[in-house]
This record gives sequence, C-alpha cells and structure tokens, in this order.
Amino acid sequence: MDFIFQNVLNALQWGSFYALIALGYTLVYGVLRLINFAHGDIFMVGAYISFFVAGFLLGPLAGLSPMMTFLLTVPLTMILTACVGVTLERIAYRPLRRKGAHRLYVVITALMCGLILEYSNLAVLGASRLKFPELVDKQIWNVGGVAITNLKVLVIVAAIAVFLFLQWVVTRTRVGMAMRAISYDKFAIPLMGIPMDNIIVITFILGSGFAGLAGLLFAMSYPVLEPFMGMLIGWKAFIAAVVGGIGDIKGAFVGGFLLGAIEVAVVTVFPSTYRDLFAFTILLLILWMKPTGLFGIPQSTKI
Amino acid sequence: MRRVLTTLLMTTIAMMLAIPAMAADTIKIGFNIPMTGDIPEVGEGSKNAAEMYLADINGAGGVEVGGKKYMLEFVYMDNESKAESAVTAALKLIEQEEVVAIIGPNSSKQAVPGGGTANDNRVPMISPWSTNPNTTLDRPWVFRAAFLDPFQGPVAANFAAKKYNAKTAAVLFDISNDYSVGLAEAFKAAWDAKGLGPVVAYESHGTKDQDFSAQLTTIIKANPDFIFVPDNYNQVALIIPQARDLGYKGPFMGGDAWGTPDLVKLCGEECYGQYFSTHYAAAGATGATKVFIDRYKAKYGAEPADYAALTWDSIGLLVEGIKNAGKVEKNPRKMRQAIRDGLAAIKSFDGITGSSKFDEQGDPIKCAVVVKVANDGSFQFEESVCPE
Repeated sequence: MDFIFQNVLNALQWGSFYALIALGYTLVYGVLRLINFAHGDIFMVGAYISFFVAGFLLGPLAGLSPMMTFLLTVPLTMILTACVGVTLERIAYRPLRRKGAHRLYVVITALMCGLILEYSNLAVLGASRLKFPELVDKQIWNVGGVAITNLKVLVIVAAIAVFLFLQWVVTRTRVGMAMRAISYDKFAIPLMGIPMDNIIVITFILGSGFAGLAGLLFAMSYPVLEPFMGMLIGWKAFIAAVVGGIGDIKGAFVGGFLLGAIEVAVVTVFPSTYRDLFAFTILLLILWMKPTGLFGIPQSTKI
Repeated sequence: MRRVLTTLLMTTIAMMLAIPAMAADTIKIGFNIPMTGDIPEVGEGSKNAAEMYLADINGAGGVEVGGKKYMLEFVYMDNESKAESAVTAALKLIEQEEVVAIIGPNSSKQAVPGGGTANDNRVPMISPWSTNPNTTLDRPWVFRAAFLDPFQGPVAANFAAKKYNAKTAAVLFDISNDYSVGLAEAFKAAWDAKGLGPVVAYESHGTKDQDFSAQLTTIIKANPDFIFVPDNYNQVALIIPQARDLGYKGPFMGGDAWGTPDLVKLCGEECYGQYFSTHYAAAGATGATKVFIDRYKAKYGAEPADYAALTWDSIGLLVEGIKNAGKVEKNPRKMRQAIRDGLAAIKSFDGITGSSKFDEQGDPIKCAVVVKVANDGSFQFEESVCPE
C-alpha cells in the first residue's frame, strides 16, 4: 500500500512541473491564439537565472544564508524570467502581429526563438553541466513507509497555488476580464478602450514569471542544469495543455498532473521504454474522444 | 582576359596538386569525440590528452616511419554525444578530411555505430573508452584501448559481493545507451552465476530522463543489498540523491562511466563512499603513468580522468600501428590498409593504463581497478582485478 502512495507522491511531484509549464502555454494561447513554443526554453532560462541569482546571493558579495537566498531568489527569478518573456514578445511576436502575419509564421518564430535561447546558452556557458546549490535544508519524513521530502511538498503546493492564483486572475479580476475579452474578439477590444498591448504584456509576464518559478523549483529538485533541459519537458507540457484543453487554466493543470501520473504508472508496471508509447497512446485516445481536450470548448471563447 | 583566366586556372591546378604533395609529409588523424551534449567533459579530456601527445611527438620531429619523419595532424570532430552524430562525424572525417585513421568515439553509445561506419568505409578506428563488445565484434578495422563489459561486469559483481557482503542486487540502467545496457547485462549474468541470491530489480530509464522516482520506488520496495548503476556521471548525480530522498540507505556500485571529476561536482557529498570499477586510478600511480598525470595536471590544472589516459594510449597504439606499417602511402586508401595491418600486428602494448595483450577481435586483455569516491571528493584506489 505504501508502495502505491509513494508512487502517487512521485507522480504528483513530476506532474507539478508539467502543470506549471502547461499553465504558461495555455495562458498565452488563450489570449493570443499563439502556441509559444519557446516556453519550454523560457523555463530553462528561468532555471539558469535562478542558478546565477542564487550563486550571487550565496557568494561573497552578498553572503546570505541559504534560506534567505531562497526567499529572495523566488521573486528575483520570476521578475528576471518575466523580463525575458516580455523581451521575446517585444522583439519577436509583436512586430509580426503588427504586420498582420499569419499565426503559422508566429508559431515558427516561437520555435526559432526557443532554439536561439538553447544555442546561445550553449555558446555562452558551454556544454558543461552546472550544479545547482542546495538552498533548502533537505528533510526526509517517513510517514508510514512513504518517504516525503520538504522539497516535494513545496513543489506540489507551489503548483496548486499558481493554478489557484491564475484561475483567480482570469476569472475574477479586470485584467482577466480583458484577457478573456481579447480572446473573444481582438478587433473590437481596442475600440472599447482596452490597451491590448498592455494586456498581452501582462499575459507574458504571468506566463514567463511562473515558468521562472518552475525553473527554480526544477533546479532545486533535479540540480543538474544543461541548455537542453527545457526542450523535452516543454513539448510534453504543451501536449498536456492540449489534452487538458488548451486555453483553459483548469485544463492545463489537470492535463499536467494526468501526464505525470500516466508516466509514473507506466514506468512502475512496464520497462521504461514503453513510457512514452503508452502515455501518448492514452493521450491520443482522450483527444480522439474529445478533440478539444478535457475542458476545451470548440468556439473561440476560451479562457 | 584569357591570359588572366589561364593563369588562374593554372594556379588552381598547381595548388590542387600541391596540397596532396604537402600532405604526404603529414599523417592526418581524425578524432570523433563528444565536445557537447551529454558528456562534454569526456570530449574535453580526450582532446587535452591528444593535444599533449601532438605537442610531444611533433616537437620531437614527428613519427619515424621507414627511416623518414612525418608530422602528425589531428582533426577534432564533435559527435554531440549522439549515436547518429557519431556516424556523421566519422563520415566527415573519412570523406572530407580524408584522415587515415580515427580515434574515438569514446562512449559505446557512439562507438558501436561509429565503428560500423569506420569498418564499412575501411578506415582503421580505435575507441579509447568503449567497453561494449559490439564495438569491435566482427569488425576487422576497429580496435580499442579499454577492457570489455563481460570482464567489467564480473569485477563489479565480485567486488560488491565481497565488500558489502551482499546477497541481493538491483540494477538501474539507461536503456537507450549501448554501454549501459551491455554492462547491466554482463553484471546480471555475473551476479546470477555467483548463486548468492537474485537480482531483485532490473529497472531501466531513458537518456534524457531527470526523474527516476518511479524506478527507484520499485527498486527500494524489492529491498536489495546494493544498487548497481552503470550510467553516465550526469545521471548518477541525479539518481543517488533521489534514491536517498526516497529513503534508500544502502550502498551503490558503478561502472567506468562514473570516473569524471564532474561526478563529484554535480553529485556532491551524496556520492561519497560509493565504489566503481574503472580503467586506472590516478592516486598512487607510478612510472610512466605518474609522469603523464603530473604533466597533465601542470598543463590543465586537473587530474586526468580514465578517458584522457585511454586516449593517450589509443594514440600510442595508433603510432605503433603506423610504425608497423613501415611506409607512408600518398593514397589515403592504401595508407589506411597499411595502418590496419600494422595495428592488427600488435600483440601486446605497454600503456599508461597498464599493459595489455590483444585477442583476435582486436580487444585488449588488461586489468581493471575498483575506485572509491573518498570523503574529500577524490577517487581512491581500492583494489586491482586482473583477468585469470
């Protein structure tokens, strides 16, 4: 029995990362109808930013304690990663949008931006992996045969908190209302006096900021950083967002945990070679029955 | 106008003729090594050792073949630690650079496909670090400097049985890496043959995986006396801390892919006290090995890992092969054939990773060492195991 609970916990931790990244995909898609393929790499950049911020705060210049460093690294990483996301929107997506380019070209641009981020990282920092410092004093609790670490709890709580926060922003605030409005009709919205560009920037700030948070938590959980760490997890999180119903906050959250749970369950029972085969077959079946995803709605009324 | 064109044409032809003529005085050797990707540390160590060797031999006027001295020229090609890129890099070296021999790839994951390419194109290749039997199996053009997994597997099994007094074992390996699969199988066969107890869990993962909690939960539930992890150092640095997080308190045992300084950098204290089998131990070395280690340290500021030492030995083997060839042919095809015959003629070789004899497959028979990751992060010599 504890074996099952342990794996449930494993799945929750792994699914949390999918969920956190999928939320960023879905947010941008919901507002702009743009699949921001660079999102997985913004997550990678977030992990590297947190590495340098934490290294600086722990280093001789600042000399803070690990706990203090952690508390400061969270907001700093989120702000800096949000800046990267906004810059990307400013120099890559906005000019194309202004020129009225077809969505296809913007998606390809996003894909290219992701590769540019990966390879510029490789060029600047080299291929050698980095070791993320230990910020939170790790504690392992044994509850009835199930090993729980404080870090795992932190990751899962963070994913749920981010989901609730984004859900609140989108459904309960004026900014969220504007986001939903852009999603309904982006031609009528400027006529209503809503600053569309500002709302889009806010969307990118939210999406990239939480990708930065995911990067930090990921680096703390799996402390080996490399330039391509965001690629595969980014793609999978995108698939999770689609299965959940892309554009829907709840869908991304559920989709992320669903993918995490399927992956862990398959590996527990079968050899790991079958993991992606089974996971994506199940996801394909879900899409086959519900082509718009679990929580998706067919018309353009998403978010 | 016509005269200008004619002159240009003549110059071009003259240059085209001149290049092979110039090239006849140098022997061009290709390196198929991982400078980026999963194991960049390995490519860097190999290149460092090669640069040192090149400076030595060219500083002494070159290799003497048939009474004449020839300079060596090394071409480094990045295989990105990928199997498919190892094939591309090998083809590039063979067709564009027209090298007469290839050193590398290092890891079996690249050396098995890379060796196939070299063999099909009839180019002699020496893999410094590959331990999977398939790299050289039925490939007369492919040689190696390292021992084989069917030898390394029992070394690890015997050591763990003795050291940990273990009755049961678990294995976690990378299923998309030829090296890891081969060593895991060799270990399992050796463990089963000992008859102490079963391999209670035999779990696999993918190369790009970062989360191993599902596999480790299964392993921990089976309650093994130790876990054998024949993985690359970057994966080991994730696996061991995750196993500790899941409440595993027992020991680990690893293979030669653990042996990089990056293991301790990435894994930290959680890897201290674990053992792995490898090709040589820098600590306590004597003679030529010590000279190499001291010089390498002075030049690059770090202890050379096993792949650096094995690259050094591979170049040594190749030079021996070239000397055996007895002549330098202008035609790269003929030169390749001569080098292959020269390499095949080597019966034994004294290198800095120990002396070895060669069997009919071109595989060396040599000793292995077991090394401990000490509490200061250095690799300490534990014991030496030689084939009977």
